[in-house]
Amino acid sequence: MLGLTKKDGTLFIAVVLLTVLAPFILNPFPENSAMAQFNAGYPDLMQRFVIFGIFAMGFNILFGLTGYLSFGHAAFLGVGSYATVWMYKLLSYNVLPGLVLAIIVSGLFALLIGYISLRRSGIYFSILTLAFAEMSYRIAFSDLLGRFVGTTITNGETGLQVYSNDPQILLGQNGIEATHFFGFEMGASRILEMAGWSFTFNFGFYFCAVIFMAMFYMTIRIFRSPFGLMLRSVKSNQQRMNYTGVNSKPYTLAAFVISGMYAGLAGGLLAAMDPLAGGERMFWTESGAVVLMTILGGAGTLLGPILGAGFIKYFENIFSKINDNVLHSWFAFLPDGMENFMVTIIHPFVGKGWHLTLGVLFMLIVIFLPGGLVEGGQRIGRLFGRKKSEAEPKPGAIKPAE
Amino acid sequence: MDAIFLQILNGLDKGSAYALIALGLTLIFGTLGVVNFAHGALFMIGAFCAVTLQRILTLSTEIIDETKTDFLGNPLKVKTPYVETWFGPEVGQSIIDWSVPLALIIAVPVMLFVGVAMERGLVKHFYKRPHADQILVTFGLAIVLQEIIKYYFGANPIQTPAPEALVGSFDFGVLLGMDPNVVIYPIWRLVYFIFAIVIICAVFGFLQFTTFGMVVRAGMADRETVGLLGIDIDKRFTAMFGIAAIVAGLAGVMYGPILAPNYHMGMDFLVLSFVVVVVGGMGSLPGAVAAGFLLGILQSFASMNQIKAFVPGIDQIIIYLIAIVVLLTRPRGLLGRKGVMEE
Amino acid sequence: MSNSKLTRRGLLKTGAGAGLALSAPTLFTGASWAASHTGFTNAPTGSTVTIGFNVPQTGPYAEEGLDELRAQELAVEHLNGEGDGGMLDTFSEKNLDGTGILGKKVEFVTGDTATKSDVARASARSMIEKDGVTMINGGSSSGVAIAVQGLCQEAGIIFMAGLTHSNDTTGKDRKANGFRHFFNGYMSGAALGPILEKELGKDRRAYHLTADYTWGWTQEESMIGSTEAIGWETANKVLTPVGAGDFSSYITPVLQSGADVLVLNHYGGDMVNSLTQAVQFGLRDAQANGKDFQIVVPLYSELMAAGAGANIKGILGSMNWNWQLPDEGTAAFTKSFGEKYGRPPSGSAHTCYVQTLLYADAVTRAGSFAPCAVAEALEGFEFDGMGNGPTLYRAEDHQCFKDVLVVRGAENPTTEYDTLEIVEVTPVEQVTYAPDHAMFGGAEASLGSCNNGA
Repeated sequence: MLGLTKKDGTLFIAVVLLTVLAPFILNPFPENSAMAQFNAGYPDLMQRFVIFGIFAMGFNILFGLTGYLSFGHAAFLGVGSYATVWMYKLLSYNVLPGLVLAIIVSGLFALLIGYISLRRSGIYFSILTLAFAEMSYRIAFSDLLGRFVGTTITNGETGLQVYSNDPQILLGQNGIEATHFFGFEMGASRILEMAGWSFTFNFGFYFCAVIFMAMFYMTIRIFRSPFGLMLRSVKSNQQRMNYTGVNSKPYTLAAFVISGMYAGLAGGLLAAMDPLAGGERMFWTESGAVVLMTILGGAGTLLGPILGAGFIKYFENIFSKINDNVLHSWFAFLPDGMENFMVTIIHPFVGKGWHLTLGVLFMLIVIFLPGGLVEGGQRIGRLFGRKKSEAEPKPGAIKPAE
Repeated sequence: MDAIFLQILNGLDKGSAYALIALGLTLIFGTLGVVNFAHGALFMIGAFCAVTLQRILTLSTEIIDETKTDFLGNPLKVKTPYVETWFGPEVGQSIIDWSVPLALIIAVPVMLFVGVAMERGLVKHFYKRPHADQILVTFGLAIVLQEIIKYYFGANPIQTPAPEALVGSFDFGVLLGMDPNVVIYPIWRLVYFIFAIVIICAVFGFLQFTTFGMVVRAGMADRETVGLLGIDIDKRFTAMFGIAAIVAGLAGVMYGPILAPNYHMGMDFLVLSFVVVVVGGMGSLPGAVAAGFLLGILQSFASMNQIKAFVPGIDQIIIYLIAIVVLLTRPRGLLGRKGVMEE
Repeated sequence: MSNSKLTRRGLLKTGAGAGLALSAPTLFTGASWAASHTGFTNAPTGSTVTIGFNVPQTGPYAEEGLDELRAQELAVEHLNGEGDGGMLDTFSEKNLDGTGILGKKVEFVTGDTATKSDVARASARSMIEKDGVTMINGGSSSGVAIAVQGLCQEAGIIFMAGLTHSNDTTGKDRKANGFRHFFNGYMSGAALGPILEKELGKDRRAYHLTADYTWGWTQEESMIGSTEAIGWETANKVLTPVGAGDFSSYITPVLQSGADVLVLNHYGGDMVNSLTQAVQFGLRDAQANGKDFQIVVPLYSELMAAGAGANIKGILGSMNWNWQLPDEGTAAFTKSFGEKYGRPPSGSAHTCYVQTLLYADAVTRAGSFAPCAVAEALEGFEFDGMGNGPTLYRAEDHQCFKDVLVVRGAENPTTEYDTLEIVEVTPVEQVTYAPDHAMFGGAEASLGSCNNGA
């Protein structure tokens, strides 16, 4: 199907189904139940799941295949966002020109940084990318570039946004004042009510989801292509490749640029959902976050980075909102002493302490599941269908190119 | 001239902190081949050793003073530290006053314990794992450690002042024959610089002149062969991890009076310390120290108004700019060895 | 397709109220629902109304966020008739009777801004989309406030800013759905000017160290404006990186520049470090131009004062409010807060508390939760009894105009809470400016039109 093997085709269809049905799957709990706190099926978070899925997927093309650990990928994400918002400011709120520009600009930026950084390998490469990204962050956060040329480029800490006196030459008299795709607004939602549950279908989410599925398809094709094979051999033994007379650098650079463009697209989509581009998007912790997403999910696997992205975004958005009030309402059925005891136990891990939970989970996963969440899934899978999965190689597992 | 001299002092001071952290980081890189993202957290824990000691020393008895009221109009509780009741107000006060230097004493065993526990309990299991996994697990640990500190001490910075006797300024200019009050520098910062030099010399001396150090250096160069000679290199590596933790911790204790400790100070130093280590060259201790001082001094110069007027904001990006230039002109940093962490 | 940003919670309640058979799947479209029911985002239809408290809970400002959260919870208690009522009794309007807002019990959700615009907007969007809030309150930085204010404008709910001191929040970035009770950089400058003249004289040279981001820039501009107005010279202004940690290389040139005053346009951790280090370098005890060298910190907060410890002794600055003020409102709030949490409230806690009450009162006076109605009720609203004396919510830029405090680090504090002492209460006339003032975006700045969303 679509040029995919049967296994990849099944995986692709599964991902498509999961994405399309996300509004249902992510809202498993009835509206007014205590567990509704854990529902993630609201537009903002669903959008973030797929956007950061794209980001991590792109990062995985570089890191998972070639083994080059870039610590500056957030720079491309940020550049993509800035490019998109600038298109809003100059043209109109239609997201298409912005997204196209985001991909182009981030691609060029990645070409520049990649060309320089790939002259080194190992940790030297990581630190070079980190240095470029930190410079980009500093330049954006204090708008140093703007200060140099004497105008606003990134609008500093406040973040780049559209003002009413911007040119917006394609906006027209009664143009739409919100991000849209040829008239379909990203914020538009329809809501389905069903026996205590309610499900939100948001245009912005489906817009991102379609792009996400296309990107996922492209990622599978890259993984399975001769190009992908070449990248894997860079990881397994670059020296041997060089001895056989193959210059691996163009391939690695291509991977770097492609993954930079994925990041730029993700950044553009962030700005398409919410027309603001902030400098913090390029901070090293954001670059670190995509590394964590990829490793956490399972580097080098097709599904891993997406799972990792979802995992981290879920914690960031759901756990940080649980406060003592919510805790008390969960345990209200217990006697007072017990209730307070439970709240005291859980309190350090939620709300302002959600970082603690995240740190503990990072450690547990990497200690017990060296292959990330995907390995966890495989172990569970093996428990249920032993004979089937043992015969097959791990999906997307890295096979050395001999 | 005096402005440049002052900036060199500033740079040496900044460089001391960078060099101490980078030194510990390189010990772990070089000996164990582990990318330790929790190293910043060790620096932070060191600083909080001083905070903790200060808290312990100021544990107080509360006496209700009816003549004064607190903010709610209730009688005020006047606190007297136990050390003051035990040793008299004057001795008690001076013990509290010297809490930062005293904290060095408790920081050594605490950091040794933390370092060894970290290596035995966690890092040991990651020697054979990819660097990416090491990053993830040590980053997770760093988050956990800093969140624990935040839970107990809050997010606000906590002052750990230097002892009264070391608070004033030292007139450097007079030494060099300049007018008085031109080049004056805080005594504590000079103490910090000297302290850094002592620690650096101690580490180098230890590695250079003891049998233990010799074995470790041999292990850094060729772990397998040393193992084949029947030497239990693992035990020594654990000890090295402990030493690296102590270096980071002591650097943190002494840095408290310069930068009020807060729970995220480790993360703030983390990226910078990696840049320093890599600019110095992977696996090279002299490289780490040299790069620390070099980056410190150049950063100080970049902060000068004359240079900022020329390139606005250069002080924000100078470190990264230097890192790029160094890595492009010298493939393995200043003094790096071939083949270390290049795969 | 119409543009609607409804939430499930609000809808469910409507659905139930309208007696729809819940067992049968019903597909709502935003437009028909909004038009036939209420016409604004997240209209509360059940017996409760939800408001959102979006404050930093992680990162360097976590402590400040925590204090804001305490005050916000207290405000909700008071609105729902629990506790001792706090400022409800001293507030000049008597519409709030402890039965919630318009008879609806007040519920709240909390979120973490991490002092990053992106995270703050994600958290705010989740409150709007998932929890169905009608108002968002809180924050402790201007970048975040401006970002969230913009979002609330787009979504059609009310934003009641917490601690945000940049001129831009109600200047060039002002929004019709956003309101600021806190004072701003210009007011700090205007309040400090005469005091500096009185205490330090007319003949001074100031050296500015400024955090290199939006708030720092407007603060520096304001301070230069007001100090040059009293005849001071500006020796130099230097931008410092945010989170620089070690400021030594910025501090050593100060004494050699011929300046005799150092103005630290820093906030939070930056201010704690730069002030500590300036004192360490002997600036507080130094002599320059035959005068005592002086340090000024234009914006103080209790938490910064606590972080800087003994270094703030004798150093002048300004505040929006302080618990030591003698008026009734302050006493009531401090008592209520202190009895619950065992410590006096900070200035940012106060502003969040007051903003929550002001919102509740405006809804009550408007008789509706619709943002446009609430905004109309707040515009030009005059009130008293909230700790700042008579106050005006100006219609043109949604900025509160009230007295500003000039404070000084206390020489001999008796407890850890009275480290700052009030030097003067600057009357409101002195800090008032025209809505089209050049520092506030000039004539171009406009609120736009209010947005009911839906």
